[in-house]
Amino acid sequence: MTARIGVVTFPGSLDDRDTQRAIRLAGAEPVALWHKDKDLKQVDAVVLPGGFSYGDYLRAGAISRFSPVMETVIEQARTGLPVLGICNGFQILTEAHLLPGAMLGNNHLHFICRDQKLRVENAETSWTSDYASGQEIHIPLKNMDGRYVADEYTLDKLEAEGRVAFRYLDFNPNGSLRDIAGITNEAGNVVGLMPHPEHAVEPLIGTGRTDGLPFFTSILKKLVNA
Amino acid sequence: MSRTPLDTVEHAAATPDVELPWAELGLKKDEYERIVEILGRRPTGAELAMYSVMWSEHCSYKSSKVHLRQFGEKAPESEALLVGIGENAGVVDVGQGYAVTFKVESHNHPSYVEPYQGAATGVGGIVRDIIAMGARPVAVVDPLRFGAADHPDTKRVLPGVVAGIGGYGNCLGLPNIGGEVVFDACYQGNPLVNAGAIGVMRHEDIHLAKASGAGNKVILYGARTGGDGIGGASILASETFDDAKPSKRPAVQVGDPFQEKLLIECTLEAFREKLVVGIQDLGAAGLSCATSELASNGSGGMRVTLDDVPLRDSTLSPEEILMSESQERMCAVVEPEKVDRFLEICAKWDVIATVIGEVTDGDRLEIYWHGGKIVDVDPRTVAHEGPVYERPYARPEWQDALQADDANKLPRPESSEELKDQVLKLVSSPNQASKKWITSQYDHFVQGNTVLAQPEDSGMIRIDEESGLGVAIATDGNGRYAKLDPYAGAQLALAEAYRNVAATGAKPLAVSDCLNFGSPEDPAVMWQFAEAVRGLADACQQLGTPVTGGNVSLYNQTGEAAIHPTPVVAVLGVIDDVARRTPVAFQEEGQLLYLLGDTREEFGGSAWSQVVHDHLGGLPPQVDLERERLLAEILISASRDGMIDSAHDLSDGGLIQAVVESALLGGKGARLIVPDGFDAFTFLFSESAGRAIVAVPRSEEVRFNDMCGARGLPATRIGVVDGDTVELQGEFELSLRELRQAHEETIPALLA
Repeated sequence: MTARIGVVTFPGSLDDRDTQRAIRLAGAEPVALWHKDKDLKQVDAVVLPGGFSYGDYLRAGAISRFSPVMETVIEQARTGLPVLGICNGFQILTEAHLLPGAMLGNNHLHFICRDQKLRVENAETSWTSDYASGQEIHIPLKNMDGRYVADEYTLDKLEAEGRVAFRYLDFNPNGSLRDIAGITNEAGNVVGLMPHPEHAVEPLIGTGRTDGLPFFTSILKKLVNA
Repeated sequence: MSRTPLDTVEHAAATPDVELPWAELGLKKDEYERIVEILGRRPTGAELAMYSVMWSEHCSYKSSKVHLRQFGEKAPESEALLVGIGENAGVVDVGQGYAVTFKVESHNHPSYVEPYQGAATGVGGIVRDIIAMGARPVAVVDPLRFGAADHPDTKRVLPGVVAGIGGYGNCLGLPNIGGEVVFDACYQGNPLVNAGAIGVMRHEDIHLAKASGAGNKVILYGARTGGDGIGGASILASETFDDAKPSKRPAVQVGDPFQEKLLIECTLEAFREKLVVGIQDLGAAGLSCATSELASNGSGGMRVTLDDVPLRDSTLSPEEILMSESQERMCAVVEPEKVDRFLEICAKWDVIATVIGEVTDGDRLEIYWHGGKIVDVDPRTVAHEGPVYERPYARPEWQDALQADDANKLPRPESSEELKDQVLKLVSSPNQASKKWITSQYDHFVQGNTVLAQPEDSGMIRIDEESGLGVAIATDGNGRYAKLDPYAGAQLALAEAYRNVAATGAKPLAVSDCLNFGSPEDPAVMWQFAEAVRGLADACQQLGTPVTGGNVSLYNQTGEAAIHPTPVVAVLGVIDDVARRTPVAFQEEGQLLYLLGDTREEFGGSAWSQVVHDHLGGLPPQVDLERERLLAEILISASRDGMIDSAHDLSDGGLIQAVVESALLGGKGARLIVPDGFDAFTFLFSESAGRAIVAVPRSEEVRFNDMCGARGLPATRIGVVDGDTVELQGEFELSLRELRQAHEETIPALLA
């Protein structure tokens, strides 16, 4: 048996088809979900892909967070549905308050596209269990608004609870506080990060690394073994 | 142009003596008289608006047409060509049922006026051309030229242009995989912002811009029509910017990539359901262009009710609506029974779509406003039968002196120390330095099919996940060479792009070009143009790569000073399996470095002559297209059969530039030996064409040498991949750290 993993397409989503491919390559079944449709089609997990949903108008993720599909995603994420937010998806998750903090414009004010080194800080979430804690990986990063911020209290709490899932290594590409690249909720079912694991799943494509594939094999194993 | 009563066709016929502002709209007196002759009366204001934009240099190619014909006349037989010059973009068969469409266009003048929006809408426009052919856009490339790197205005223009290209392309989800950035004082005030795009479709999905079938509906969809870019098409190609005339509205259009992304998705969905008979994007000249081109390419006429056009600004006059260049709009011709479904798809994507007219069985384009007929023309006279100029041209007097000023006679380095200093000076010069600061502002990864992206020799995209079929694209152009000899310069641009595609393992198939020149009213510029077109057409014929389309940008000139003639050439190639692609980076220590081709003392127009002596003179490198073809065949075979692990074409900066780039990208150094019969200086800096360096695994050396020997391509062993320095034995050694610093810090220091 396999798992059905939904990928939401918002107007302006860009990496929805890439994410579907990554899910397929990991051995799971990708299911296309539409932003105007509340129905999650019985999927076992959901990915909110990267892009510029609604043109990033107002604030990145601010409008998408109110789309019909998100009503169901928010409701079910609170009761354990695994949700991964990549880049714009991470921004949507913070706007939806499924994850704490917010994303500001990069501190250098430019879009940045690079192969980014990360450290996996938490290998126990639904989406990271195929990594080892402390593992160093390279994942492409590409964004305009990637500077993670939260108040000191929240940051301390995230650190204390082991909820910083990924940290930038060697170079902080956007001024994110405490080099945070990705975080998880308390239950470990909701994870958001700025880098794009779906762009690191094939040896020939992009940077030529497959360091992103474990995101998708992690969730598949969890769902199949559940 | 407000007036009472409405200037209808009837009114125009009844008031022959009314003076219209044809000169203000950029028309010449004889052009206006010709319009009157065509119509048999004075034009209405709306008709005048249409003719003026469609007969502008930008839309009508009136100065260049007589020369461009050669691309058709000399076109080589090519089985790969599915759609040639004249459509929105050419289409090439790449096998396995796939077709690829690609094109390069200029957005030079708007990008000088307003760098961000000018560059952004340049990307938007070329992408709509690709969609209009029925293809999904899969990548963009951006060949750019700016004034001197340290000129203060470059710091205004370049960051805006780069942010605009990124802001638009990144938001559309198109990987930016290639292009160039060149600095030269000649582009001060006239930066060149060329934009290219590639799209992929199945053969059966090719769509054309024509309106046929009486009764079919004309649907305008996308953004509402506003007051931006009115008259832009005329201004684009008219003589000057320094018109003191007040303008109520910006001449440069404003882009909304989000709207364009929706337009892409909804258009492709309509194509998939086979709802579209004909399609045209709205770019320069907006509705004037779309309606007249659709109608004149089709079998019938067209009737349009302008009142139905959704407006952003309800005060727009009909003339302004016709001329508006508001972005993110397209026009489709749809059979009546399919209109509802088409509108449904647009609604799904929140795209505004409105039926604004229909195809008629007549042969007139008729446009109505408030019940009155304000346009009644033969659409061919607007779209295709504009004026054609045989502009006088003459080889400039200074050309001989320029060519006599031989770069080969410039003082050369006299010691190893001087040679080493000049290497560092070269690789850190703005033109030769790493452009990472620029390209890292573009998304290379989106769509998950990018096999190679800049700074590779060509960008490469996988188009079939099962078979690994892929396409490669490279754009090149060297204005310095073209200034010395425009005929050879255009051929060298083609040769370089062709070589770059082959260096990555792909087979060159077809060409698109963007021809950037000064004022066609200057006979010297016109001579440069004529020579460049002749050179390119001849070379395409010889290499068997047809020109599928392109763009001409004239009037890149401030006062008497024209830019260097700058033909930018894009070559598209195909590779059966992207797993066989060859990267630039050195892969493994111990691999043997071979120089392919002949090296002569050729320094005219070279990067060395510019960087070390600030000199431009002499002759550009010799062109040998048969050699280029042979070199390409060897590079492709070697890649396919696994005989080489990296390859890099040699062009500006010569061999040392290529070695340094391959070393830095691979993080592996090289030990070089000056081969017998060479002097170190020529070996390092000559820019002889038809050359590449390759890294050959030792196990493949015999096989590779045998292949080159059998086919008659000179292959000279010049060293080995090794260590963390670039060393020229007996001369100098430079650490990768030192080289990286020199190569990578220049651009951020100037522009960040």
